[in-house]
Amino acid sequence: MLKLLSTIMSRPSGAIGLALTLAHVLMALLAPILAPFDPTLQNADAILLAPSPEHWMGTDTLGRDIFSRVLYGGRLAIAVTFAAAVVATTWGSFAGIFFGTVGGRTDEFSMRIVDAFLSMPWLLFLLLIVSIGGAGPATIIPTLGFFYGVAVLRVIRGAAMQVAAGDFVTAAKARGEKLWPILSREMFPNLSDIILVEGAMRWSWMLLAFSSLSFLGFGATPPTPDWGLMVAQERGLLATAPWAVFWPCLALSSLIIGINLLADAIGKALGLDRATAMAV
Amino acid sequence: MTGLILRRFGFAAFTIAFVSLIMFAAVEALPGNVCTSFLQRFAQGPRLERCIEQQGLNRPAIERYADWVAGAVQGDFGYSLKKRKPINELIGERFANTALLGGLAALLAIPFAILLGIAAGVRRDRPLDLSLSGAAMLAMTIPEFVTATALIYVFAIVLQWFPAVTIMRSGMSFMDMLPNIVLPVLVLSAVLIAHIMRMMRASVIDVMASDYVQMARLKGVPEREIIRRHVVPNAMIPALNVIALTIAWLLAGVVVVEKVFNYPGLGTLMIQAIYDRDLPLVQAIALIFSVIYVGVNLLADLAALMIDPRLRRKAH
Repeated sequence: MLKLLSTIMSRPSGAIGLALTLAHVLMALLAPILAPFDPTLQNADAILLAPSPEHWMGTDTLGRDIFSRVLYGGRLAIAVTFAAAVVATTWGSFAGIFFGTVGGRTDEFSMRIVDAFLSMPWLLFLLLIVSIGGAGPATIIPTLGFFYGVAVLRVIRGAAMQVAAGDFVTAAKARGEKLWPILSREMFPNLSDIILVEGAMRWSWMLLAFSSLSFLGFGATPPTPDWGLMVAQERGLLATAPWAVFWPCLALSSLIIGINLLADAIGKALGLDRATAMAV
Repeated sequence: MTGLILRRFGFAAFTIAFVSLIMFAAVEALPGNVCTSFLQRFAQGPRLERCIEQQGLNRPAIERYADWVAGAVQGDFGYSLKKRKPINELIGERFANTALLGGLAALLAIPFAILLGIAAGVRRDRPLDLSLSGAAMLAMTIPEFVTATALIYVFAIVLQWFPAVTIMRSGMSFMDMLPNIVLPVLVLSAVLIAHIMRMMRASVIDVMASDYVQMARLKGVPEREIIRRHVVPNAMIPALNVIALTIAWLLAGVVVVEKVFNYPGLGTLMIQAIYDRDLPLVQAIALIFSVIYVGVNLLADLAALMIDPRLRRKAH
């Protein structure tokens, strides 16, 4: 673990990625301590103030302190997408290892269904689900988790097929081992690296998806401070108060870039080539 | 060969059937029905009855699904609850606008991305490659609405070259429309270019390491010729699939970009329909997007079959 960490830190991109991700997680956790104002506190006397010593990042149309809102703005997105990433990685890698090991007809048939799911523009499907089930974490976590899980399944299944062809798996089969011990003791330890990288990568894409949903008005609901929602709400006054849009944009982008760089660095440190993993 | 082509068509048809079934089932699974979801607290008495009558909800689900699919094949998507019009009247012009936006973005992005990918792959790990790959990574990770907002700030507010929101009337000439669509097309192509370029680069690097390129070098074929004759054609095949896959990003991105620029396309219509809880319209648009997506994937598959003779022999 320490060795992995030092390999990640040895590349500038890895160090930047780790620093950005950690900084954002800390910021989200410590927001109640760090924030100088209540993020939902409206102040009619302080509308659209430019950045100043009192309001570091200025105030928005309702006189709320943007610095406090930016600090709080990642909490919902990080929590929701992290939960969805755990769901996606868990079911996707489990099913991927299973189909990759079993092979044959079961695998062939399931892959046709997986392909059909992969050939759906999933954001539109997410929008359809949201319009039926309503916006909110209760619909977004399972839906994101399911759809991204399908992509994880595809990647892990491909990797599992290569591992399953190994001699030690054949030996385990010849010893008469049951399916479950083979999956958990022979297959999984050899795939945990790629699963970790997949999970981290999917997490960053989910943040992108969730913030887009928030921007469209189907993710976080007002008055929750959320970066995507903040951009959507303050965008109309871009010409007079660009700071109200700039800071949430910067916060969101830097987090996604951070996780992405980190996932890339973990992959390289573990000796995985992600260029091929990208193409689903 | 004919068998392979038929197989691809078969899979495309299967996918569309599957997707339409899931979309229909998702709406069926909701508590209540399309009418109660639309009317909310007004869902009672004659209004509810009229709506149920108009949407034909008193018939069994299987029958309605069959009707929905049969209608969609003939371009009839039923009635919009909110707009009280046949859906195909609503989507006609919107569809053309979205096709213009997506088409221009793809037309601009694909050749450009392929060239950049080749340039980066040939000069692997040198300054050009590092800067191109870095830029691609940024374009892929920064959300479209952030990129769009940044472009609007620079080009619409500071420089005032292009309008920040689309102003479009029906019957506008292409030249009048052009300034309106420059920024949305740029945002969409940035993401497309990033994805396709990355794949093309990886693919070029792969081919450059192959034995036949090594052989050509040993024979003394000039580097330029090697790239033109051996590397590019072979690297194109895997890239083709990614081009098709990025259409998924294009279709999803189109919804966000249309919303940012208030562009009168299918994406903004869909978002409005979701706000209005107009489920028949949402379903219709989602289905249209899926059919386009599957169609593009099918075309890419067929193109790969034509370019690569090895795929034709590998009948499994």
